[in-house]
Amino acid sequence: MSTIPGTLLTPKQVADRRVQSPHTSMFARMLLRAAVLRRRRAASALLAMVVAAAVATTMMNLYVDVQAKLRTEFRNYGANVVIVGKDGQSLPADALAKVESVLGAKTLAVPFSYAVARTKDGQSVVVVGTDFARARQLNHWWKVSHWPDAPNEALIGMRAASVVSPNRQPFELTFQGKAIQLAPAGMLQTGAGEDSRIYLDQSAFQNWTGVAPSTIEVAANGTAAEVEASIRQLAPLLPAADIRPVRQIMEGEANVLNKTRATIYASATLVVLTSALCVLATLIGWVFDRRRDFAIMKALGASERLINGFFAAEAAALGVVGAILGFFIGIGVAAWIGRVNFHAPVVPRFSVFPYVLAGSVAVALISAILPIELLRRVQPAIILRGE
Amino acid sequence: MFPRIVYESFRRQARRKLLAGIAITLGVAVATAMIAVATDIGDKINRELRSYGANLVVTPQEDTLDVEVGGVNLKPPSDGAFLNEADLPKIRGTFWHHNIVGFSPMLPATIKLGNGSDAKDVTLVGTYFNKALSFGKEDFTTGVRITHPWWKVSCGDGKESPNCGWPDDNSQNILVGERLAAKLVKKPGDTLEISGRQLTISGILSTGAAEDDQIVSPLALAQQILGKPGAVRRLYVSALTKPPDALSVRDPKTMTPEVYDRWYCSPYVESIAYQLQEVIPHSHAEQIRQVAQNEGTVLSRIKGLMLLVTLAALLASALAVSAAMATAIYERRVEVGLMKALGAGDLAVSAIFFAEALLLALVGGIAGFSAGALLARQIGRSIFHSQISIEPVLFPVILAIAVFVTFAGSAAAIRRAVKFDPVFALRGEG
Repeated sequence: MSTIPGTLLTPKQVADRRVQSPHTSMFARMLLRAAVLRRRRAASALLAMVVAAAVATTMMNLYVDVQAKLRTEFRNYGANVVIVGKDGQSLPADALAKVESVLGAKTLAVPFSYAVARTKDGQSVVVVGTDFARARQLNHWWKVSHWPDAPNEALIGMRAASVVSPNRQPFELTFQGKAIQLAPAGMLQTGAGEDSRIYLDQSAFQNWTGVAPSTIEVAANGTAAEVEASIRQLAPLLPAADIRPVRQIMEGEANVLNKTRATIYASATLVVLTSALCVLATLIGWVFDRRRDFAIMKALGASERLINGFFAAEAAALGVVGAILGFFIGIGVAAWIGRVNFHAPVVPRFSVFPYVLAGSVAVALISAILPIELLRRVQPAIILRGE
Repeated sequence: MFPRIVYESFRRQARRKLLAGIAITLGVAVATAMIAVATDIGDKINRELRSYGANLVVTPQEDTLDVEVGGVNLKPPSDGAFLNEADLPKIRGTFWHHNIVGFSPMLPATIKLGNGSDAKDVTLVGTYFNKALSFGKEDFTTGVRITHPWWKVSCGDGKESPNCGWPDDNSQNILVGERLAAKLVKKPGDTLEISGRQLTISGILSTGAAEDDQIVSPLALAQQILGKPGAVRRLYVSALTKPPDALSVRDPKTMTPEVYDRWYCSPYVESIAYQLQEVIPHSHAEQIRQVAQNEGTVLSRIKGLMLLVTLAALLASALAVSAAMATAIYERRVEVGLMKALGAGDLAVSAIFFAEALLLALVGGIAGFSAGALLARQIGRSIFHSQISIEPVLFPVILAIAVFVTFAGSAAAIRRAVKFDPVFALRGEG
């Protein structure tokens, strides 16, 4: 062992190194040779370690990510917050901009304005003005035969269609004496109130009726607490509006999410425990198998501390290597599961790594120390005689 | 000789066998629990998804358009057609009646509150809260408390009290929506005059939707107010359904008889709607797409996830079992050397090890299956508050898997032990 060129050391440090270096090098050589000479056993121990770390990483990644993934699925249920003008009043013109500035770009906010118009034969029908591009993103469940693309084209609910335009012909509606000619673009089917309505583009609707949006439906991302916080933040900005969560959606989501999370948590715990058990069994076998090394070291006069240190260092090295390899494999598997199941990869969480590392090293150390404790009580001679 | 060797091996190496047995038991227990949870999770989550409310709506076939803006019904009350309340219990006679969690009829009416010039229109909805009905010999209860679980009834000031709560279905008591109650300055116990009747408010209703501005009453009361006995405007049905697939979306009219039978006998939301139309005359049943379409996706995602997690659990338990077996066999090389030195063939030695492995797998498998069943029950009870049932058919499957995994885990180790030179083994080298 020579000093590293370019580093300045005091004579005392150099002397210290001389004393320590052969010792450390022997230690390192023993570690290395143990791994090389018994590579099959070492490989199987490492394999167990890698598999366990990979499974643990996958499970932790999934557990952390699955809530975000499921939340995205739940957003398909549509708006979870509704903003309505008090007493049916229209909302101020800048309401939509305010909502978007508070809730951020990822939130979807769709304005709706309502009016009751009359058909030629005097039937009342609800006409709604909205932004089709946004409504389409918000309400994935709307079954639409064709979305309108011209201002005088309307989207007609299934039941409204049989009243206003049974043969898909253009039709006329009047609102407070003002008439409008509309062409049906497509049919809308939802199984709910929308089926009896007629949807128009917001600007065409406003030109015709002069009615501004009275409702904004918002699909806010995040946990229930985050959504509540956004609502509290919005309330002072829109004093003329009632802002309320859609309880049907919020409670259903919370319910399903909690149950799923708890199930995944229980399963992940079981899986991680089982893989830890697998590592324990393999490593105990590995160390036990080397009782002759242990006995020779002891017979040659190695201190108990050195032997313990040797086996502990070996186990720790195995734990570290296994954790690193397993972590990357686990991230790959988690990403694959995300793609297969959620059609979006699970984002790797490197924050999980310290836990995997600590867990692997801890399990490795436990499985090294257990057999050593047993062997310590046995005379080296007995082990060497092969009894 | 053979049984004796196996017997003595268990007797003399009881501790070592116990360790391998524990590994097998734990592995099998985890596998059993995970398989049980994964096979049942669809049903469990399906029930949880019912907290999103009804997924089917039944309306009269010849109904006029709904004219409703912001929860205020503008449609003339006598307009349009009605369903007959007497037909509702027949829903329990449909093919998939076990899948129908509950149903709630709705009858909206527009009433005037207040006198003279400050009178205003308010919507009153008649429904079932938790109505006791019977069909044939079967008694059951149904209503909004089942189909609309997010409806909350309170005393208005956030406090609970025995004096306020859900009204009885046969009473003349009503619920008032929280925003309407605030406007009217009414609290539970007060009376409200509606169409010449003095009705007692039994609770304040909070739903986060249009009902907050409405009055909700027992169905019979709404029928009296409207003067239409037995009338129901809409019926919400909450049913457990199967996620949609290629078959579910096909039109039943174009199906061959076999395909039709398969479609009819699958709990698709479409086939349940079809069966509801069959039992309720002059009705049109339709899925509420917001609820029905999304639950399929959520359900298949969660089921897929659990399937993958179960595979991981199976892999981990298989590895744990094989690791334990490999270790147990590797330690017995000396024994193998001795047997071989005494003239035992490779086959005879392997047979002993496999017999031991079989015994361990059977005992560990049975113990593990019972432990796993308990574990699954515990998971079901603590997470879903309901039993996770284990199919008895799972038992032989689990046992077969346990034997297979134990054999597979032992095979490599047995082969190595048998191939090992007896001389080295006996000298204690290697």
